[in-house]
Amino acid sequence: MTTLQESAPTKPLRQPAFGVGTLAIVAGLIAAFAVPAIADDYWLSSIIIPTVIMGLAGIGLNLLMGYTGLVSIGSAAFMSIGAFSTYNLLLRAPFLPLPVVLIIAGLIAAIAGVIFGLPSLRIKGFYLGASTLGAQFLFEWLFTNFSWFSNDSQSLTISAPRLQILDYDLQSATGRYYLVIATTVLLIALAFAIVKSRVGREWMAIRDMDVAASVIGIRVARRKLLSFGISSFFLGIAGALWAFGYLGTADAHAFNLDKSFQILFIVIIGGVATIFGNFLGAAFIVLTPILLDRLSLIIDLSFLGDQGALANLQHIIFGTIIIVLLIKEPDGLSSLGRRGVEALRSRARSSN
Amino acid sequence: MSLLTKTMSLAAAAAMAVTLMSSASFAEDGTGQQLYPLFTYRTGPYAPSFIPFGAGNIDYLRYINEVEGGVDGVKILVQECETAYTIERGIECYERYKNGYNGALTAAIYPHSSGLDVALTDKARIDKIPIVSPGGGQNIATDGRVFPYQYPLVFDYWSEAQIIVDYIAQQAGGYDKLKGLKIATLYHDSGYGRDTIEPLGILSKKYGFEDIQIPVPHPGEQQQTQWQQIRRANADWVFLRGWGVMTPVAIKTAARVGFPADRIIGDIWSGSEDDARPAGAAANGYLAVSVFPPGTNYGILKTLKAEILDKGKSDLKDNSKFGTVYYNYGVIEAITFVEALRTGHKKFGNRPLTAAEGQWALEHLDIDQKRIAELGAEGLISPLKTSIDNHKGETIAAKIIQWNGQSWDTRTDWIKADASLFADVIKAKAAAYAKEKGIEPRVATN
Repeated sequence: MTTLQESAPTKPLRQPAFGVGTLAIVAGLIAAFAVPAIADDYWLSSIIIPTVIMGLAGIGLNLLMGYTGLVSIGSAAFMSIGAFSTYNLLLRAPFLPLPVVLIIAGLIAAIAGVIFGLPSLRIKGFYLGASTLGAQFLFEWLFTNFSWFSNDSQSLTISAPRLQILDYDLQSATGRYYLVIATTVLLIALAFAIVKSRVGREWMAIRDMDVAASVIGIRVARRKLLSFGISSFFLGIAGALWAFGYLGTADAHAFNLDKSFQILFIVIIGGVATIFGNFLGAAFIVLTPILLDRLSLIIDLSFLGDQGALANLQHIIFGTIIIVLLIKEPDGLSSLGRRGVEALRSRARSSN
Repeated sequence: MSLLTKTMSLAAAAAMAVTLMSSASFAEDGTGQQLYPLFTYRTGPYAPSFIPFGAGNIDYLRYINEVEGGVDGVKILVQECETAYTIERGIECYERYKNGYNGALTAAIYPHSSGLDVALTDKARIDKIPIVSPGGGQNIATDGRVFPYQYPLVFDYWSEAQIIVDYIAQQAGGYDKLKGLKIATLYHDSGYGRDTIEPLGILSKKYGFEDIQIPVPHPGEQQQTQWQQIRRANADWVFLRGWGVMTPVAIKTAARVGFPADRIIGDIWSGSEDDARPAGAAANGYLAVSVFPPGTNYGILKTLKAEILDKGKSDLKDNSKFGTVYYNYGVIEAITFVEALRTGHKKFGNRPLTAAEGQWALEHLDIDQKRIAELGAEGLISPLKTSIDNHKGETIAAKIIQWNGQSWDTRTDWIKADASLFADVIKAKAAAYAKEKGIEPRVATN
């Protein structure tokens, strides 16, 4: 646990200059909504959408792990709750519009998060991590063994009955992208609001030293449970988007332990206690394997003689990159980016 | 490395990544060729079954290209894409190749994974790309009016349940002898495993045998209690619907509790060499259902041996895999692709087919006994005839094979499942799906 606390940078609460900050946000929003104009189906469906959703899931875990200092390796379980809740709500309460369904699904995941957060009141660190593992296995078991959750479908998979807002069909790649990006933008704003609020500061106080936090009057237990709840809310919505905005259909195994670890790596690689860093981490996790595969199409590696060896080599390279990255940049990609920008700025200043 | 250069190199890497992904300009020109996007899983837990399966596919297509000069003169461009048997990577491969590659056209996509087949259902409907899964498709997609782009060719588990019961009836001396028999189904506790509960329930009512269903949780390394239950129930036959490690463990545990191996009939995914061999002597006499019969004694396999394997052109590294269940599965799958292309060429001309033309061709497949003989595939495949109403094939058939300690012996000829028995149930399921998703079924016009 100590290593995590040490590596988590306590960011100074800088107030960005109003003009520049707003401008950047507006530019970012316009860029986000203009993406489908330049990106084709391939880019949208298999690169951008999964990166954005996994980044969102990273935010969910980061609120818990980076800001409150509680470890969870059951993130995918809360994603699966969101996905299965969304499916059942759309199916059994067809009068509810999609945005409402997503929020309710998030809340259901949040309730589950609070329940599985209860052990955090007594145990810490990797012991807590092990108890969240319980959530991981419980929900995978629940959704594969009770076919009610998948409407008694033969293959136990769920697929969205309808994906529309106000009669606007969201099935196409562009439609799914807008659903994903709009939800993500709103949740990023929510995440910023939370971490900059009193709640966020109390979380960080708990993370840095929970005894001290309780001495200064922070209600540690409540704040920890709230952190689990909010984190799971984000994860639940990310799960629903993963199932219906990206995969199209999903079963419980789409949210297995591997997925939980992926989210954990996104947080570590992107940067603990950051918001945008999660998207860098997600881009890294999602894109690197694809990139390596593409690279092998172009570079002549026939001396390896074997497609199988080539495919395995990609895993080795991927692993090596992660190790090198974490040794060189233990605070993650976001800190590299931030310091890079600052270095550029100071250079510009000195050349003036 | 200074911070700035570090950041710059990161930015440079990102820029390179973007160029890499958006251009494939270095690759060979595929104009005038038919694309076959080969979804591979050479890594991950299922790689051992893919390696011979992929080789069967590649070897047959290589033979078509190099010896026969292509399909009616049209060369096939095989482009591999690694999925590691994950749905995420599979979707990326689908998006990468759905619109062809460097001028080569995509007529159909074989996802090589039941999970991916399901995940692509909605996408394929929008993109109008045929998704073909021989032996591993969704049974409800048999109804091509509701699923215009899914092709669960060749086999399904409901027919398999029928074939098992037919075989047991043969052994018992007639359907009337089934009354009072106890057939236990030991299934992998998953969607795949549970798929036979419903048809066996119907069959048990029809014939009067006792239907015992026993689940095994994934992965199935411990089956002592289940086999004791089978023993206590005094089951006459066991239908083993295993997956991966579950199969050899089942065979060994059966031997331990004293259940005879020649009364256990494995599912098609429990019937490869790698399922039986690890169980050692306990597997002697073990039976399995086979849609992809093993062996090298078929005309086309002999041709492949002479033209590809012996000339060092095979994708196999270990030649002992030649003629195994998974290798032959690959050959059979490649045959369905090539025959679909030929069907399309007859209507549209001898040129690469588009996805729409591929869809038409897959709906009008007719590999009859005569064509099978021409292909040199007698005994290897059974007749396959599709239509708009039936995307699976009108007659579903399988053989029963038996493990002799070294390899599989074929025990029966093709046992045909009675398609009329479950057709209405499947149609009703497809109709319910259409209603849930708001799909208007197509009307068959020709």
